[in-house]
Amino acid sequence: MAHRITDTDGSHYAFHYKNSNHEFEASKFGIWVFLCTEILMFGGLFVGYILNSGKYPEVFEVGATFLDWKLGFLNTVILLFSSFTIALSIRNIQIGEQKKAFNNLLVTVLCGFGFMGVKGYEYSHKFHLGLLPGKFFNYTPHTAESDSHPTGEADEKPARSNASETSHVSELPKNMPMYFSFYFVMTGIHGTHVIIGMCLILWAMLRLKRGDFDPKHYTFVEGAALFWHLVDLVWIYLFPLLYLV
Amino acid sequence: MSEHEHHILPFKLYLKIFLSLVLFTFITVWVAQFNFGSLNTLIAMIVATIKATLVALYFMHLKYDDKTNAVCLLAGVFFLVVMFAFIAIDVASRIPLESTL
Repeated sequence: MAHRITDTDGSHYAFHYKNSNHEFEASKFGIWVFLCTEILMFGGLFVGYILNSGKYPEVFEVGATFLDWKLGFLNTVILLFSSFTIALSIRNIQIGEQKKAFNNLLVTVLCGFGFMGVKGYEYSHKFHLGLLPGKFFNYTPHTAESDSHPTGEADEKPARSNASETSHVSELPKNMPMYFSFYFVMTGIHGTHVIIGMCLILWAMLRLKRGDFDPKHYTFVEGAALFWHLVDLVWIYLFPLLYLV
Repeated sequence: MSEHEHHILPFKLYLKIFLSLVLFTFITVWVAQFNFGSLNTLIAMIVATIKATLVALYFMHLKYDDKTNAVCLLAGVFFLVVMFAFIAIDVASRIPLESTL
């Protein structure tokens, strides 16, 4: 790299920085500014979701019954674990364990695949039933089976029931498609972030194999890790809002 | 700040944070069984915020970082609260309408 300066201790940095640590901190701050814009972008969706769920509570209560909280829970644990492993990989790089860092990044990417796999399973189930956003919504409840539930269970919080038993709702509230508009837009944008995060981590793995990083230079991995943690943060809020409340 | 060395956290701390995050996830699921009416969302958001704080402080190293990064995050959160508050005031002060999308 032509415009990099090598210091007396072997560390290197772009010419417009004071030293390699200055470069690292400045780059990281840049990532934080970007994460801030991400929070505000997701924030708009969250504000819309919370205010509309306050206005049309029945829509969101019935909507949550179409989601399987067990799958959401599984995905939450997968993402938390992947955040844990990517944090470990940063630690590995900091203490010079390149091989372990690579393995931890690999586990993180595999968790990403696992998350998207579960998400894909949930999506295909909803596509099949016609639980689609806005005007594409074409789900019709099976009224014949709705009597199979004893009336005592009707007062139970619907969020806890199994998504495969979608027959429990005999009549859908007005504006039902709105719930699925929120569901698909929020989880869809989040899923896109997961895929982008996975690409970044794969890229970091290639660069790690190439020997680009050492305990003093790992800015790219740090940035990718921060982005991945943000994806985790968003899911931490999405899971209870969509699946449980 | 430029002379500050990279802070290396012990493995045990990362493990503890991960386990507490899983614990809080169980708490979220457990607490969702009970119906507190309109408080449901608030309780879920409080637990989620505890989890998010743990991730930000330890996994994202905010606790040990230069404080500029924390200010950046909090600025985002602050304007999110402003956005929420003003839209909420608008929505709440409107005459109810029977609307269909």
